[in-house]
Amino acid sequence: MNRPIRVLAVFCGLLFLALLLNANYVQFIDAEDLNSTSGNRRVVDEEFSRERGPVLVGEASVARSVANKDDYDYQRVYRQTQLYAHLTGYYSYVYGRTAIEDTANPILSGGDSRLFVDRVADLVGSQQPSGGSVQLTIDPQAQQAALEGLQALPGGPRGAVVALDPATGGVLAMVSTPSYDPNRLASHDFDAAADAYDQLNKDDDQPLLDRTRENTWAPGSTFKLVTAAAALESGRYTPDTMVPGGPTLDLPQTDRVLSNDVESCGSGDITLTMALAFSCNVSFGDIGLDLGNAALKEQAEAFGFNDGSYFDDLRLVASNYPADAPGALTAFSAIGQYDVAATPLQMAMVAGAIANDGDVMKPYVIDEVLSPDVELLERTEPEQLSEAVSSEVAEQLTTMMVSVVEDGTADEAAIPGVAVAGKTGTAERSEDLPPYAWFVSFAPADDPQVAVAVFVENPDVPREEISGGGLAGPIAKSVMQAVIGS
Amino acid sequence: MSTGSVQTIPRKRRGTELFLLLAALVVGIGAYVAAELGYNGAVPDNLVQVAGGFAALALAAHVAVRLLAPYADPVLLPLVVMLNGLGLAMINRIDLDLAADNRPEGPFAGQQLIWTLIGVIGFVAVLLVIRDHRRLQAYTYTMGLGAIVLLLLPLVPFLGKNINGAQIWIGIGPLSFQPGEVAKILLVVFFAGYLVVKRDALALAGRRILGIDLPRGRDLGPILVAWLVSLAVLVFQRDLGSSLLFFGLFVVLLYVATERVGWIVVGALLFAAGAYFGYLTFAHVQARVTGWLDPFSDPDAYFQIQQSLYGLAFGGLLGTGLGQGDPTLTPFSYSDFIVPSFGEELGLTGLMAIVVVYALIVERALRVALLCRDAFGKLLAAGLAVAFALQVFVVVGGVTRLIPLTGLTTPFLSYGGSSLVANWAIIALLLRVSHVTRRPSPSAAPLAADDATQVVKLR
Repeated sequence: MNRPIRVLAVFCGLLFLALLLNANYVQFIDAEDLNSTSGNRRVVDEEFSRERGPVLVGEASVARSVANKDDYDYQRVYRQTQLYAHLTGYYSYVYGRTAIEDTANPILSGGDSRLFVDRVADLVGSQQPSGGSVQLTIDPQAQQAALEGLQALPGGPRGAVVALDPATGGVLAMVSTPSYDPNRLASHDFDAAADAYDQLNKDDDQPLLDRTRENTWAPGSTFKLVTAAAALESGRYTPDTMVPGGPTLDLPQTDRVLSNDVESCGSGDITLTMALAFSCNVSFGDIGLDLGNAALKEQAEAFGFNDGSYFDDLRLVASNYPADAPGALTAFSAIGQYDVAATPLQMAMVAGAIANDGDVMKPYVIDEVLSPDVELLERTEPEQLSEAVSSEVAEQLTTMMVSVVEDGTADEAAIPGVAVAGKTGTAERSEDLPPYAWFVSFAPADDPQVAVAVFVENPDVPREEISGGGLAGPIAKSVMQAVIGS
Repeated sequence: MSTGSVQTIPRKRRGTELFLLLAALVVGIGAYVAAELGYNGAVPDNLVQVAGGFAALALAAHVAVRLLAPYADPVLLPLVVMLNGLGLAMINRIDLDLAADNRPEGPFAGQQLIWTLIGVIGFVAVLLVIRDHRRLQAYTYTMGLGAIVLLLLPLVPFLGKNINGAQIWIGIGPLSFQPGEVAKILLVVFFAGYLVVKRDALALAGRRILGIDLPRGRDLGPILVAWLVSLAVLVFQRDLGSSLLFFGLFVVLLYVATERVGWIVVGALLFAAGAYFGYLTFAHVQARVTGWLDPFSDPDAYFQIQQSLYGLAFGGLLGTGLGQGDPTLTPFSYSDFIVPSFGEELGLTGLMAIVVVYALIVERALRVALLCRDAFGKLLAAGLAVAFALQVFVVVGGVTRLIPLTGLTTPFLSYGGSSLVANWAIIALLLRVSHVTRRPSPSAAPLAADDATQVVKLR
């Protein structure tokens, strides 16, 4: 019976070899896949327990980890949430991460390859890995001014403000109202967090939505800047070119009529500068039809439309310019209606490009990445995204925008002693819904330091009083003052 | 003096055993301390009592071997002491977690230590009562009957308990016991005794097909009976693991006894038929197969195996360190799924070490079978070795997704009294066979006196 026993010994050896090989497969080869499977609580728990690095604005940390004594070693704490909730986002056990908490997660959680040396040191010293920090480009005064401006509007409406440094693309202010309290979602009491989340999701005002970048709206007359840019770039128009004014424009092949809201557009032809200053729909509708949809689309895309990929630091919805418009609808596209829709960030980029000699800068909100020892790991280098218009055209547009503030529809944004370039917008929706109020501007016009876009989604004032200049203009003014004054 | 033959006197090697035993105690008690340090950052309060008690048990077993089976294999006892100690350490560490989370289970470590005491008492009792394993052969059919009775006990109303869907427990007062664990040993004795007698008949060649001698039809009776009993266990007790274990054990012993591969072929075919029948008939068997092929297809239904895999992956190469993982996320982390708990906290390295310890126990036991001179002892030792190997393979392979998951306890590691007591008894039996095999032949001792007497008589 010895031969079968020897065979058995080999057979049992093979069984155990199979167990060993399988263990190697599960714990080594397949481990990375298993660890990144969603719903793997061990990995979530471990990350949730870690000391994450802070998110810094100026000198203050608006999100930081505080040592804690429950199931998890650290509690994430958010401060000045009205101002910064949409920037920091939240880190919730149940609902995951959003905004900077998400995009900067590798550095905040300490998993980033740039922190490799620290991680090895942690392993040797059997320390929990700790995260690095990120410094935002936000100017606290501008941020504060933007929030106060939106909150001061009657009814505390839904709205958004974006301010950029035109020369770099760095975001100086980024505010969306209403805001929410990320602390409630980051609570270690998961039932309370779930209640808070349900409540926020049911809220008709959609407080979780960052209106600066996560949705698009018709930009209305502020889009006339793009149309004017296309006109000047075509070489067939100058600021002094006479364009049709008058009360209405008959649109070919349709029974629709484009009309002006204001009476300042005269009865005959007016200059392009005047058409912009008084935001004459008839004039820009005509220019749009003259240039054609393709030229407008090309110009819009040069400013960043139809692309949401260039903003690395936060999720961005692409602004839309339609690929083709049937016949005369291009006239509506030219005045920022029909299918044209933009994020407030996109409109700030339009103003910023005009301010920056026609060059569109890639927007960014993370200025510096720091190690746990506050050592500088990386500073974001400004990067040019595209050239929207030539510097001559940019100069012409600037002059035209200054006259909008000085002579036209946007006198509310004027700052004494500073040349301000601006453009109002009022985007019609339907008869029973209030129009959107927009304002884009930059200042000082001769040496631009800040470009702003202000958007009010549901102004709580009588319909006839809604105007981009009246509602949104003063907010832009106070944000620009905050930047220039500081 | 006898002329010619040189009598080699086997060494007892009890010193080796003691040395290895001390090393095993260092591992087991070290793990106990390390787990509490990792979890609480403090040395356990009851270290002296627990470590002292466990060491005393291990040393008592060693002394019993010294007195009752001095020529036995010196490696087996230290290996199982190490596993038993590691199991206690992990169960104690899981207790801490369960208590911290206010989970209803546990604590288990105290009971497991008491079961270890009972296991060692059983170990000594087996060595004490069974002085020669060959005497067991006289009880072949008694053992067979006993095994059947034990297997049927859980089906007796008011005595049997259905725990987690398997009708394999009996409850006496607050105590639960799995009679199947003991039945396994009795079955090995029965199979060994039965096959020693019948092997010549069963070894008769039948038809030869494709180079393999297949048995005659009329000799198929016993294997069919074993097959039907296994299926009955599956059907009535819903115990997939035991069913597989009993049948595999019988087929392998049939092969060892007859040296005919044909029996393996017949057994494999019957197994395939039985497995297919089980798959078609039982939803819980189908669920096990689906959970094996695609454990992530349903997050709720295959929660156990998913958590097991997550735990293993989280442990990675070196593990989180004892006391620093989250093994309690996996249900039954202290019993059926204790191997993933080790994989998580000791990593691939630790898990492979544990698998190798199991392999050493099995190969050592097969060596006992190989060296044994009587047929019954060979079959007995081989049977125990195979039962042990199959059980480890089925449970470790199941929780690491090498094969479908079946419920079986992990010998010496997982929480459970019946399993612990039964496995200590298995080791005692192996040591007994080993001792009887290696001890010097008694007939060789009093030769000088015999010679002298003969000389006187001749004159």
